[in-house]
Amino acid sequence: MSPASRNNATGADPERLLARKSLLQLRARVLQALRVFFTKRGYLEVETPYLIPAPAPELHIDAVAAGGAFLHTSPELCMKRLLSAGYPRIFQIAKCFREGERGGLHLPEFTLLEWYRAGFDYTDLMKECEELIRFVAEYLGHGEVLTYQGREVKLERPWERLTLGAAFERYAHISVEEALESGRFDEILALEIEPHLGSPKPVFLYDYPAPLAALSRLKPGEDGVAERFELYLGGGLELANAFTELTDAREQEERFLREREKRASLGKKTYPLPERFLEDLPRMPPSAGIALGVDRLVMFFGDTGRIDDVVTFTPEEL
Amino acid sequence: MYNASDLRKGLKLQFDDEPYVIIDFQFSKPGKGQALYRCKLKNMITGVIVDRTFRSVDTFEPADLEERKMQYLYNQEQEYYFMDVENYEQIMLSEDQVGEAKNFLIDNLEVDILLFGERPIGITLPNFVDLTVTKADPWVKGDSVSGDSKPVTTETGYVLRVPPFIEEGTKITVDTRTGEYVTRVKE
Repeated sequence: MSPASRNNATGADPERLLARKSLLQLRARVLQALRVFFTKRGYLEVETPYLIPAPAPELHIDAVAAGGAFLHTSPELCMKRLLSAGYPRIFQIAKCFREGERGGLHLPEFTLLEWYRAGFDYTDLMKECEELIRFVAEYLGHGEVLTYQGREVKLERPWERLTLGAAFERYAHISVEEALESGRFDEILALEIEPHLGSPKPVFLYDYPAPLAALSRLKPGEDGVAERFELYLGGGLELANAFTELTDAREQEERFLREREKRASLGKKTYPLPERFLEDLPRMPPSAGIALGVDRLVMFFGDTGRIDDVVTFTPEEL
Repeated sequence: MYNASDLRKGLKLQFDDEPYVIIDFQFSKPGKGQALYRCKLKNMITGVIVDRTFRSVDTFEPADLEERKMQYLYNQEQEYYFMDVENYEQIMLSEDQVGEAKNFLIDNLEVDILLFGERPIGITLPNFVDLTVTKADPWVKGDSVSGDSKPVTTETGYVLRVPPFIEEGTKITVDTRTGEYVTRVKE
């Protein structure tokens, strides 16, 4: 096949690639800003392997198999092993891979920023998250008020904090308990609640039901709630997911096994247990960690609703 | 059988015993939650549009659809009759089902009839059809209101604008997708 006919087949003509230039320039500056922010705060930038023998078993996250191993779905497990070894502040900007995720806000290959800090809990991370995004805004020359897809976003601190329970009470037609029981939690969150989140102020949606906690610590003294939050900006743009990390290896192993069983019962692929991560976990200091979608952060500052606009090539153009 | 990951714009599905085509499709996935496939679906028989949200565990039947080459025979009041060119079976479409296509149905025209099971539900015309002009007013030179075109009526009763030199009895080619004049047929 000649290069010309290949271009025609994919539609990735040079003009289309060049049309993304201003957003790709913005992307480069966002990446610079992130590195400046963390370096100033004494974080060490790390790169962990993309190819790993065992991804964290999570019910709704599917890993891409490659060369007898898996492409990581997040750098989480390896970064926590570094924490356990005595690295108290680390960050990473990594490509991550998830099978079957493709939509206006999703790519099967995307970029995550993850950072972990010993001695932090999830409320400390909410504050650091505010500081990070305000820093990036300033670095890019923005003021405190931005517009995203026609909606106002005021970055003035403090941002809104809303528990899952309160969000269901405010926006959904049933309670969070009823949604969980009927198996409609995700549907109601996506359709009834998310569109309201993040305008005019960014919002931290926090205290998730324990069954949706994966790797986060349960909230002491509060039954059935996990110390997890998600950050939303500009009316439904989900940007970050954070935990106070679970450090109890036995509890973590039980959760992994439960998730694996659930995956198997749905006929999904199951993965080997991440044994070395579980071995290192007891040495991990109390800490908090967060994953933030870099592509979506660029979407926010570039005021575009399509993730395709902020990457060089979409999978369909390759 | 389709899985949720097969869903995309243009896919034709069957549920509640009716064929639907996906006219809009959105993938979403709330943090750590399951994938949701939000679809706008058009009922291929009634044209009614519905919103449905599917989950990754859902499966779907492909719509039982078939296109067959048929010849237009005649119409009687609001019923339009066609004949299968292979087995000479006749089928009927209502005026609603034929829709705009009635403007271009001339005797023996070969069309594609869409069947759901055995039931005819739609029609696809060739892109171009030749029609004879049955009524045309003479061109009045210098008539600035009508510009450089004038209305004519064709054998099917269809009225369209054509260049001034087209006269009664002329055969013209019409684009069935836009309903517009293309050229005069040279005989």
